Amino acid sequence: MDLDIDAESVAFRDEVREWLAAHVPTLPSMDTAEGFAAHREWEAQLADARLSVVSWPREYGGRDASLLQWVLFEEEYYAAGAPGRVSQNGIFMLGPTLFAHGTAEQRDRILPAMARGEQVWAQAWSEPEAGSDIAALRSSAVRTEGGWLLSGQKTWSSRAAFADRAFGLFRTDPGERRHRGLTYFMFDLRAEGVTVRPIPQLDGEPGFAEIFLDQVFVPDADVIGEPGQGWRVAMTTANNERGLSLRSPGRFLAAANRLVDLWRSTGEPAASRDRVADAWIGARAYQLYTFGTVSRLAEGGQLGPESSVNKLFWSHLDLGLHDTALDILGPAAETDRAWVEGYLFSLAGPIYGGTDQIQRNTIAERLLGLPKEARR
Amino acid sequence: MRFALSPEQRDFATSLHDYLTGADTPGATRSWAQGRHEPGRKLLRGLAELGVPALLIDEAHGGLGADPVDLVVAFEALGYHAVPGPLVETAAVAPAVPAAQAWWPALASGEALATVVAPPHVPLALDADIAQVVVDLGAGTLGETTGTEVVGSLDPTRRLFRVPSATPLTGGRAFDLGVLAVAAQLLGAGQWLLDASVAYAKQRSQYGRLIGEYQAIKHLLADVATHLELTRPLVHGAAVTASPQDISAAKVKAGDAAYLAARTALQVHGAIGYTAEHDLGLRLTKVRALTGAWGDGRFHRERVLAR
Repeated sequence: MDLDIDAESVAFRDEVREWLAAHVPTLPSMDTAEGFAAHREWEAQLADARLSVVSWPREYGGRDASLLQWVLFEEEYYAAGAPGRVSQNGIFMLGPTLFAHGTAEQRDRILPAMARGEQVWAQAWSEPEAGSDIAALRSSAVRTEGGWLLSGQKTWSSRAAFADRAFGLFRTDPGERRHRGLTYFMFDLRAEGVTVRPIPQLDGEPGFAEIFLDQVFVPDADVIGEPGQGWRVAMTTANNERGLSLRSPGRFLAAANRLVDLWRSTGEPAASRDRVADAWIGARAYQLYTFGTVSRLAEGGQLGPESSVNKLFWSHLDLGLHDTALDILGPAAETDRAWVEGYLFSLAGPIYGGTDQIQRNTIAERLLGLPKEARR
Repeated sequence: MRFALSPEQRDFATSLHDYLTGADTPGATRSWAQGRHEPGRKLLRGLAELGVPALLIDEAHGGLGADPVDLVVAFEALGYHAVPGPLVETAAVAPAVPAAQAWWPALASGEALATVVAPPHVPLALDADIAQVVVDLGAGTLGETTGTEVVGSLDPTRRLFRVPSATPLTGGRAFDLGVLAVAAQLLGAGQWLLDASVAYAKQRSQYGRLIGEYQAIKHLLADVATHLELTRPLVHGAAVTASPQDISAAKVKAGDAAYLAARTALQVHGAIGYTAEHDLGLRLTKVRALTGAWGDGRFHRERVLAR
């Protein structure tokens, strides 16, 4: 067992560190029109340095980085205080799905533009009646010549207010129940029949939106996998969303170190000492846990219910460390933009990508083997 | 980087589990609490045959020259089975104390046991009545016991004794190895508490259903599993880096996770878990005692935050 990093990965990390030190900008929130455009520019700049999708194959703009190198990249990225990724939904949710289930034509058409930020993707996952229970979704797609007509309503779609395209599941066989008869589609947010209604989040900015679809034409070329097999295809994406987790250790350790600095700069208040220490311990545990997962995956392991362990832990770690920072700041917390932004973002952690309650059920049933609750 | 146990380390853990499962460890532990040492001594001799006390002693002194990762693998198993005796002192601490060098071959073979005093974190010496070696860790010398009166512990299996002229201590490699071994023990105890609770939730029915079907139970156990899963890499990582900061982080997290496991286990088991007959109690009291021993949460959190 070791934590030694090979020479090639050290060289890669040093290159990333140096490049970021010279290029990291301060950008307005990506949930504003101005900020969104600036973040697109940043994605293009990352792509020029071949740093936007390091783990992807070279032909799609990546550099075939190993899982470890990817984690090292993320650590450097957050330690440098670099901006959040406006292309995150595409890169970490749709991208892996296309690698697993897409056609060569789809990959060639979609991935390079995604990697450069030229096409930014929104996820169209939840519906008003289908949040955690995705299989209850009602939006439908019916066959037409050369493609499908999509109708229905999606909601809580992150990035949809300014993004170009979206991906999600639609019911294509109304005779089938639950997760059978669903198909995975990509669609244009500016197509005829699409209405996007931005929804302001707690910070007042439209971080997500509702999407109304009325007979929206989608060609066959934009179906991922076989019609009717959407649930199976989507499970890849769901695991990737929780596995997003894998990219976060740098973010938490960077935030924990900032918290320790904040605590020192405010005279090391004894009242918050234990919480500050626990936040650092949690971030360090999370980093080492990730190294363990990376080692396991490198030996051919799969991400299973561990994704839920991961998500349950980091969402509370994130919340705890931001809460602690606001408490240390006292009345000054209200106007501290950086900590407030991080805090508001951390509030969503126990909700998105499967709520705490869903994660706990998954851990209990799939990791611990407890019996399933009787369901209707 | 390969941050995962080797096949040899996994095999070592399996052989310890197999041995301790077949050796009536709970019976030996209960006898130990009453001062009847023979079943426990037999258990410890068996562990010596498997190499536990020899791990950190070099080959020139009859040991195995293994590393701290092997040590935490062993102590996780010892904590899981609630093995009694001064094992942290014998297998983790004494091998790093030069003054005890003459005793290393006897410790490695299992003929001798060591105990340690290091106030304020280890104010009393465990099992000093049967240990041949008493280490005064602050002075780095061999000490001696006087009285033979047991000082009662929260955990009846921890038989503690006063030692004269103990020298204050706050750190050092031998101390850190003791802390690391305790953290691993806590992790193991926590894992047993979770496993026992899961097994119980799968067979105990109430209101016509297995209690493991209820989300109220599931969510408690999922939280315990999550914290234990995140504790293990901290304990393993601290064994690799040996940094005081990581070792303290491991101790804090292992104490908290094991205590959550203990409280949850009692809640899931109900009154049966509160009885002395049930093996749950052997961990419940040990976990709480070890949470404060070898540096409490306050001390270790301060070390985590030290510049």
